[in-house]
Amino acid sequence: MSTEAHGDSHFLQHHYDTPAQQFNAAKLGMWLFLAQELLFFGGLFVAYGVFRSWYPQAWVVGSHLLDYRMGALNTAVLLLSSFTAVMAVRSAQTGNQKATGNFLLATIALAGVFMVVKYFEYAHKFEVGFLPGSHFAPHGVGLAEIVEAARESGVNGVPYHLRTFFGLYFVMTGVHGLHVLIGMFVMGWMWNRNRKGEFSTRYSTPVEMTALYWHLVDIIWIFLFPLLYLID
Amino acid sequence: MTVEAEAEAAIPADPHHIPEGADYITHEHGLKSWLTTVDHKRIGVMYLISILLAFFAGGVFALILRTELLTPGKTIMEADTYNEMFTLHGAIMVFLFIIPSIPAALGNFFLPIMIGAKDVAFPKLNLASLYIYWIGAIFTLIAIVAGHIDTGWTFYTPYSMRGDNSAVWMTIGVFILGFSSILTGLNFIATVHKMRSPGMHWRRLPLFIWGIYATAVIQVLATPVLAITLLLLATEKIVGIGIFDPALGGDPVLFQHFFWFYSHPAVYIMILPGMAIVSEVIACFSRRKVFGYMFIAMSSVALALLGFLVWGHHMFVSGQSEYATMVFSALTFLVAIPSGVKIFNWLATLYQGSISLESPMLYSLAFIALFTIGGLTGLFLGTLSTDIHLHDTYFVVAHFHYVMVGGTVFGFLSGLHYWWPKITGRLYDERWARVAFVLVFIGFNVTFFSQFILGSRGMPRRYYSYLDQFQPLHMTSSGGAYIIGVGFVVMAIMFAKSLKSGAKAGRNPWGSAGYEWPHPHNFAEQPVFTRGPYDYHLATERELFTGTDEEWDAHMAKKGEA
Repeated sequence: MSTEAHGDSHFLQHHYDTPAQQFNAAKLGMWLFLAQELLFFGGLFVAYGVFRSWYPQAWVVGSHLLDYRMGALNTAVLLLSSFTAVMAVRSAQTGNQKATGNFLLATIALAGVFMVVKYFEYAHKFEVGFLPGSHFAPHGVGLAEIVEAARESGVNGVPYHLRTFFGLYFVMTGVHGLHVLIGMFVMGWMWNRNRKGEFSTRYSTPVEMTALYWHLVDIIWIFLFPLLYLID
Repeated sequence: MTVEAEAEAAIPADPHHIPEGADYITHEHGLKSWLTTVDHKRIGVMYLISILLAFFAGGVFALILRTELLTPGKTIMEADTYNEMFTLHGAIMVFLFIIPSIPAALGNFFLPIMIGAKDVAFPKLNLASLYIYWIGAIFTLIAIVAGHIDTGWTFYTPYSMRGDNSAVWMTIGVFILGFSSILTGLNFIATVHKMRSPGMHWRRLPLFIWGIYATAVIQVLATPVLAITLLLLATEKIVGIGIFDPALGGDPVLFQHFFWFYSHPAVYIMILPGMAIVSEVIACFSRRKVFGYMFIAMSSVALALLGFLVWGHHMFVSGQSEYATMVFSALTFLVAIPSGVKIFNWLATLYQGSISLESPMLYSLAFIALFTIGGLTGLFLGTLSTDIHLHDTYFVVAHFHYVMVGGTVFGFLSGLHYWWPKITGRLYDERWARVAFVLVFIGFNVTFFSQFILGSRGMPRRYYSYLDQFQPLHMTSSGGAYIIGVGFVVMAIMFAKSLKSGAKAGRNPWGSAGYEWPHPHNFAEQPVFTRGPYDYHLATERELFTGTDEEWDAHMAKKGEA
């Protein structure tokens, strides 16, 4: 039995006729998955819009309470990670197994940096009592920060609905962070499959689909960052 | 080792190779072969068993409810128990039975066969969807056993914020079930787009597939909104993030918007597959090419799209803006257009057809009648002024059940009878099937027509007790429910007897020209379609032959002699 006869189509699943059909089906499936992800986050963006229009003062003060430097750093980190993800796809397509693995690792590492920065942001907010909804209880430095943010944005007093702002902040960034963690896990899996030599110039679909997912995670952050940190 | 054995051993074992004479049920044995299968037919059968169990549970709750409502005040249970019962009836019927019923069970089985594919696009994902469904069902069970969930299937805030955490279990259960639904829809869309055989172009796509396809689009685009809503609800309950709870500055009406943005399209997830089956059955039992094929196909797509624009008609009395209610009301009337297009095209298909009234056809004809009543009463509710009077009364309950039971469940039963011989390889007793049909049909109308009258006279839904003047109609309604129950028992016995000792079915017992019939399995070789699924004038005698293969051989031998 020659290896050519079976070796170059071992990735082709039994119910497909051609590798192109398998690839196109996978791509369509992934785009549909991304579409449902958009609708999933869409609910959160609608909630953001509704409460922002209801409680503009809380939103102004809230955005001043977030550290835009940390947000900007994370934006840069994620953009860079999208680049390394693209390079992983490119390397897989050209059959450069070593580079594929390294770019995947680089993407995982950048995702890790994102999560670490997020951890420091969360830790600070927990410490000073910027907690969601019913747990909102700023104290110490937190109170001083609020006074400062209110002065910067020309708002008198502490808006009651800051708790709603932080409720949404934690849900939106939390659900996004969960997607980052899932992305790290999937890329680790891809790294392992690449290590075992499963990908070639003829078959790199899983890496491409993983990268598609990663770009979506990136794009959602691109919307979260200005909405939460920048505009007031 | 002999030469033959050696040659045999050299052939790589194809896990999907079906030996001669075996079928998808007998080619492998044991529970493990079922639980690890990626065969869409086996997955479809496992879904079928699961949803029938859910249907049984939901049905038992319904009978308990109707028994309690025989008299005003306490009949067999306390008010709290009653509240739990109607919640469980609704939640189980909607999330565990109707939504997965036709697409996941019958759709899984027939979608690949009808388009000439060996399987769905992502078989492993398909199996995963089934497991996710089971996990969601387990969470729902936990909520039932551990808790006290009495919010109704809509989980409206702020009520669902109070009480113990069983609402959270239920919410997580439905959240997980939603994922199963999304992944099934995603799989079906990719399958329809990428797995069709040569000759299966879009204008030849069986109408069942068009319906399943439109359903899948809704499943993928609407369900994630329910997912985020339920996630927010659970987070609100556990942490108190202040999105829906007015005490924290949240907005309960926002919950209703989110909920109905999913749940209105969801009723199209429920009804479109029913319509899809009716289109197949009407064609087969009229022996005619479907009238207005493209209109029926496109009206499914139109319903899927319109379904996204009318959620506000559930909220006419919620305090949403007056202008919004007017727009939602106008858009709601638009839904009547594609629904009417379907009804008229089915009737035109019947016209001058060669009609035979076997059980699948009876259910489909009942579907047309009952769905028409359900649909037209929907217009009463879409009209602002009448809705103010009818909102939250039994009129709504009756309307919903005429569409969902008279529509979807009758469509499902039509499909189940129609494809039973294909799925099980056995025929059933047509006489008892008709007896069951008559019982279910009469029982259904007695149960729910009386609820139209109750509602128009002001009987509110979900109430434990009622004024004495409503008792005769409530007793009538409960009596109808028992008749339905007897009908389903008869049907269950009839199907059980068919499984145990039914006569062997031929390849095509109804003589249908549909693609799914003449093939004993999926296909040994990739088929090439040269005619449409309703082209009776182009189908060969072999394709339309209703008997078994042996009978065909005998038939041909006889012909040869003559």
